Amino acid sequence: MGKFRFMQGNEAMTEGAIAAGARFYAGYPITPSSEVAETSSVRLPQVGGTYIQMEDEIGSMAALIGASVCGKKAYTATSGPGISLMSENLGVAMMGEVPCVVIDVQRSGPSTGLATKPAQGDVMQTRWGTQGDHSIIVLSPSSVQDCFDLMITAFNYAEQYRTPVIFLSEEIIGHLREQVIIRDPEEITVVDRARPAGDPKDYRVYDHSQGLAPLATFGSDYIFKINATMHDEKGNPSANQENCERIVRHLSEKIESHVKDISIVRRYNLEDAEYIIITYGGTTRSALSAMQKGRDAGLKIGVLQIVTLWPAPGAEIEEVMSSANAVFVPELNLGQYISEVQKRNPRNIPVIGINKTNSKPIFPAEILEKIKEVAD
Amino acid sequence: MISDYLLEEKLPLSWCAGCGNGIILQSIMRNIDARHWRKEDTVICTGIGCSGKADDYTRTNSFHGTHGRAIAFSTGMKLANPNLHVVAVMGDGDGITIGGNHLIHAARRNMDIVAIMINNLNYGMTGGQYSGTTPRDSITKTSVYGHVEDGFDVCGVVKAAGGTFVARGTVMDVVQLNSLIGKAMDHKGFAFVEVISPCPAQFGRNNKMSAAPAMMQWIKDNTVSVAKAAGMSRAELKKKFVTGIFEDRNDQDDYYTAYKKIIDRLGGEENE
Repeated sequence: MGKFRFMQGNEAMTEGAIAAGARFYAGYPITPSSEVAETSSVRLPQVGGTYIQMEDEIGSMAALIGASVCGKKAYTATSGPGISLMSENLGVAMMGEVPCVVIDVQRSGPSTGLATKPAQGDVMQTRWGTQGDHSIIVLSPSSVQDCFDLMITAFNYAEQYRTPVIFLSEEIIGHLREQVIIRDPEEITVVDRARPAGDPKDYRVYDHSQGLAPLATFGSDYIFKINATMHDEKGNPSANQENCERIVRHLSEKIESHVKDISIVRRYNLEDAEYIIITYGGTTRSALSAMQKGRDAGLKIGVLQIVTLWPAPGAEIEEVMSSANAVFVPELNLGQYISEVQKRNPRNIPVIGINKTNSKPIFPAEILEKIKEVAD
Repeated sequence: MISDYLLEEKLPLSWCAGCGNGIILQSIMRNIDARHWRKEDTVICTGIGCSGKADDYTRTNSFHGTHGRAIAFSTGMKLANPNLHVVAVMGDGDGITIGGNHLIHAARRNMDIVAIMINNLNYGMTGGQYSGTTPRDSITKTSVYGHVEDGFDVCGVVKAAGGTFVARGTVMDVVQLNSLIGKAMDHKGFAFVEVISPCPAQFGRNNKMSAAPAMMQWIKDNTVSVAKAAGMSRAELKKKFVTGIFEDRNDQDDYYTAYKKIIDRLGGEENE
């Protein structure tokens, strides 16, 4: 059953990471994510892990990757300006195919924005923040329980797909305090990366011809090369055209071909819903409240919560688009995810964005008001 | 012995005629061999630039990351596995210019890695622009009227930041270089070796030393030992390469030794 605790989202993320087997944190404190750093600095040495506060987010991201290649599950936490600084080395994790988890507790932007205020302005940055073609997994929690449970999922995806995973929270959930069950280890499924088993001489760190290559560990019997530059299957630099094409396609396809397995959505009252709210993160809570209030007033409202923002759960969005009269997409930005909905709209039903960037959350009444306008 | 440590199929080295990088790579590998470090337990971590090609040739584990971040990647590796031998090989762009922040903090933390900074006084790979070590008045592709900045005394910076082993050598004195890199490898804590290395193809060409011997001679002529430098004035030492050991102390725990004491005090599980 686990232990009932009352804690903040940011604290629960630390507990989730440790439950997932993470034993290394490198980061640079930044509001509103700093409690992840603080609680990690307390908890990690208790379980034999290591916390280090690096000189900046660039070094933090680098240290994570270094630790992961040495076999440690590694994570960091940051916010707006920090995720920008991490973007270059996020590409190293991508190109080098090194698992790790990056928590982004979003705050109001752009630039240094408003440090203590919520926003969902990094949705597109987490998708495309590092240069070049690639795919990435981004998970978005809507409760403190999610901060624990989904953090384990984030590490599992990172390990399974040899990729960085972004845990995209926001100030609302990071600083929210509510009850959470810290689950016992027997209740948790923890995935560890595949490791090579054959003759070390035959090991090819980037040979994906038989499925995703296992990742060895520096210091084991396997000698290998991690390379952020275009490389061949051994990790040696290679400018071969066919190889370049293969690698770039592989980095996308290893994620995009598993959208079904990676997609997590939650459906609320969709069966008879005429008006459907497609939502994510902390805004989900307002959407659910609006749904309940609307239902009480006789409006058939449903909610599709997108937990896996990237890769976008296309099939689940299409399903909603085939049945609703109108769809509402509330976002604490000027409309970053709505295009994922709009491009899956064959019936051309109304897709209405509810957007806010004044540093306040979207309130249930604001969503309900928009639905009523359309319903009337 | 070469084939034990270098990938023969990758030879000859891609560096220009007269470049010092091959001499430094050799010195690193000879010292690894002398210490019987298992290649499995050794990581060569590089950044970007001419020096960033070093790991292309090695049979050890290697990590080729971004410009200036070799020390930060190395930090994560060493903390995750304190038994690894981690050698960061950088240029002056990596080491002190774009990556200077990581250098001073790793020195301050006494992170137990070997950091070798090849200083060729300019950005060779991008065509010979000035770096944070380019001497005043030098001509580079981005200082054609003469450079108006002083270059860093990198060893001075690292020593001031708290580095516990700090040394400078040149490729013109390989006996000394071998000794310095060896001592750095034997040191427990942050060990920094700056190696002055000729770049006739870029820095030399722009400063009337396009023939490799001319640039080598210039380095030789401007090299003074730590002992000799002690008796020279600041003005006399301007644009000189002072070689030898600037710091070598063992009075401070390296980062992980200190951190491990906390883990042990808390009764943390084995950090396997």
